[in-house]
Amino acid sequence: MKTTRLVIVAVGGQGNLLASSILAEAALIENVPVRMSEIHGMAQRGGVVESALLFGPAHSTIIAEGEADILVGFEPAETLRALGKCHRESTVITNLAPLMPFTVNIGLGVYPDLKRLQELIRAKTARLIAFNATALAREAGNVLAVNMVLLGCLVETGLLPIRPESVQAAMERKIKPDLLEVNRRAFAAGAAAARQNAA
Amino acid sequence: MHKLLTDRPGEKMLLLGNEAIARGAIEAGVAFASTYPGTPSSEISLQFFQISQESDLHFEYCTNEKVAVEVAAAAAICGVRSMAVMKHVGVNVAADAVMTLAYVGVKGGMVILTADDPAMFSSQNEQDNRYYAKLSGLPMLEPSSVEEAHRILPYAFELSEELGEPVLLRTTTRINHSSGVVTLGAMRPRVTRGRFTKDPLNLVTVPAVSRKLHVKLLEHIARAQALSEASPYNLVEGEGPWGILCNGVSYNYVKDALAELGIADRVRILRVGFSHPLPARRIQEFLRGCEKALVVEEGEPYLEEAAKAHAQEAGLTLPIRGKAPELFSRLYELDPATVRRVTARYFGVADRARPAVDVSDVPPIPQRPPTLCAGCSHRATFYEVRQAAEELGIETVYPTDIGCYTLGLLPPLSMADYLICMGSSTGTAGGFSQVSGRKVVSFIGDSTFFHAGIPGLINAVFNNHNFTLVILDNGTTAMTGHQPHPGVDMKQLKLENYGRVSIESVVRGIGVPHVTVIKPYRVKKSIEQIKEALSFPGVSVVISQELCVLYAKNLKLPRGKPFRVGEKCKNHRVCMTRLACPAFYVWNDRIHIDANLCTGCSLCAQICPEHAIVPARETAEN
Repeated sequence: MKTTRLVIVAVGGQGNLLASSILAEAALIENVPVRMSEIHGMAQRGGVVESALLFGPAHSTIIAEGEADILVGFEPAETLRALGKCHRESTVITNLAPLMPFTVNIGLGVYPDLKRLQELIRAKTARLIAFNATALAREAGNVLAVNMVLLGCLVETGLLPIRPESVQAAMERKIKPDLLEVNRRAFAAGAAAARQNAA
Repeated sequence: MHKLLTDRPGEKMLLLGNEAIARGAIEAGVAFASTYPGTPSSEISLQFFQISQESDLHFEYCTNEKVAVEVAAAAAICGVRSMAVMKHVGVNVAADAVMTLAYVGVKGGMVILTADDPAMFSSQNEQDNRYYAKLSGLPMLEPSSVEEAHRILPYAFELSEELGEPVLLRTTTRINHSSGVVTLGAMRPRVTRGRFTKDPLNLVTVPAVSRKLHVKLLEHIARAQALSEASPYNLVEGEGPWGILCNGVSYNYVKDALAELGIADRVRILRVGFSHPLPARRIQEFLRGCEKALVVEEGEPYLEEAAKAHAQEAGLTLPIRGKAPELFSRLYELDPATVRRVTARYFGVADRARPAVDVSDVPPIPQRPPTLCAGCSHRATFYEVRQAAEELGIETVYPTDIGCYTLGLLPPLSMADYLICMGSSTGTAGGFSQVSGRKVVSFIGDSTFFHAGIPGLINAVFNNHNFTLVILDNGTTAMTGHQPHPGVDMKQLKLENYGRVSIESVVRGIGVPHVTVIKPYRVKKSIEQIKEALSFPGVSVVISQELCVLYAKNLKLPRGKPFRVGEKCKNHRVCMTRLACPAFYVWNDRIHIDANLCTGCSLCAQICPEHAIVPARETAEN
């Protein structure tokens, strides 16, 4: 079994850590070796949250520049910021709905153009799947389920050594019962987005 | 039931490193745990705090790390297994206790956990606490992974009891905040009551006693040395002419690098997990079989210098390298790619890893720094202090302290001029006021005040300094995740059997001649009160009381109604440029307020010169 390295970046509050722990739990269910790390020092205060997941025989729990096989970004500017984690064979999945950094609001920066952002990522990596995951989460019934939309998309690509059924089982363990249905719908919407991209 | 009390040995569980450590301690029968919260160690104590509420584990949030070590040391000398948990800089605070505790020793096993933070994800420095082991003479253990961190705890307690010394257990952020699959072990029953046997000639460290105790400590170090030589945590792997010595998470990066470079059959590894005393003979034996050796360690050249010294003693002349401009840096943390690259260069093999994508043409991406929350009362207090100083026309220096309010550093608030450590706001204020000729206004949080701020304030009263100390009392230890402190009303958390210490009573008890309590959301009144405090010649204290907004949310307290920018707005943006609350956003060149983020603190409404910011009624929207 080869090692698959996944980096997930998000803004605090987008549910990155829950999505990561569901994937790790799913790996545990399948008996796939898994290691994970997270940097969430100031997540509650609007900072960036990055997690790294390594499936397979690797010993490390972090992913260096150029090592990520898959990069999933819950916010487009954060996806672009983390692009250095990728190599030319990487797959990138990104939400296209921006969350404006406060620095932009007070005039200390310009938000990157979304079209240019996609062109850059597409030119440098093997595959880009970009869509408005926030809108799909809203359609599924809760904008906070954006993490499950992206998780659904990621799992559907088949790039992880994990079956969708195991992820579903992990979701049942990790998500409160009253929120499960909306999260499942979001997961399915993300999977559909991945299929659409592949078509 | 708490998941870490699951009594099913052999079951596999995905755990955060800090959970795995807590579980390991529970399996070892730890019965007394103490801490002062500090990232990256905080979640260990959180587990103990929760477990203590449903078991006979005794757990204390202590005023500071020194006290945490002292309460745990007393438990341990009575034969109770104890653990004191802290971040690396916390050991500095505890060091006075630790150094002489090494002389006195323990009966029950005692583990002092130091969570180091290479790369300073959430710390003011990246000191390498392996040197505390060398300085104190205490044994030190260092796991490499989450699984090993779990496994090493029972070993640490046994080692402590075998030697009669506390054991230092060193982790780094990448262990504390990584997750892995842990196989649960059996839980040893807790022994929560011990027996104190009076023995003043061995336990009271007057000079005559300490002279004997130092002899005993050296004997213990010699025994620890022998145990280190045989310890399963100092392990040699592989065969080959090249040698790598490593410790902690570096071991993982080495393993991955050798596999990827395809040189696993040419390199032998000495992984040091029992890092003080170092296994000198094993290091010599290891080096004897190597043509050249590389030392892979984060931080200081602790292993490298020891390896060179031990090689010299054994008459070995092979090259041993580690920290060097072309090899590893003493700065920050290592990562798998750096270790692979340096290993390839040092041993002269090709690194065929795919390079990272070239991001040189990626446009600059606006920063997303952490910021004070929407509705954070610190923002109100900072604004009011600045306004008061401006209205008085005085030049100011703002020493600050460690907590969320350190974020006041960033513009537009820019309310932080100097910081070195916990409590330094009160001590440094005295020095600044003595020599700078400017009005000094210091900021300190409630938990930090209890931790290390009080002696500096007493010093200021005694030495008749002239400054204003603003105590930002938000009713919790906010930065590290809302842990209680002595000023917290524990009944709010539905917890009985706690006392409560009033900050105002402490300040008045110290004899501070000018004490004011403000409610920072009453802007005008607060500014007037702060102006009075700033005008007082001598030590004045302003206690700014308002609950942390995140904590209030956790307590499910009613939330204020949001505000909106109304029609009277003339778009001069005083709110944005002075307060920079993250609830503001610009859309179509106008300021708006995100009703989902606004907590209704009304600070912006009170400072808007046009009175244009108004409560958002049900019908109104942005």
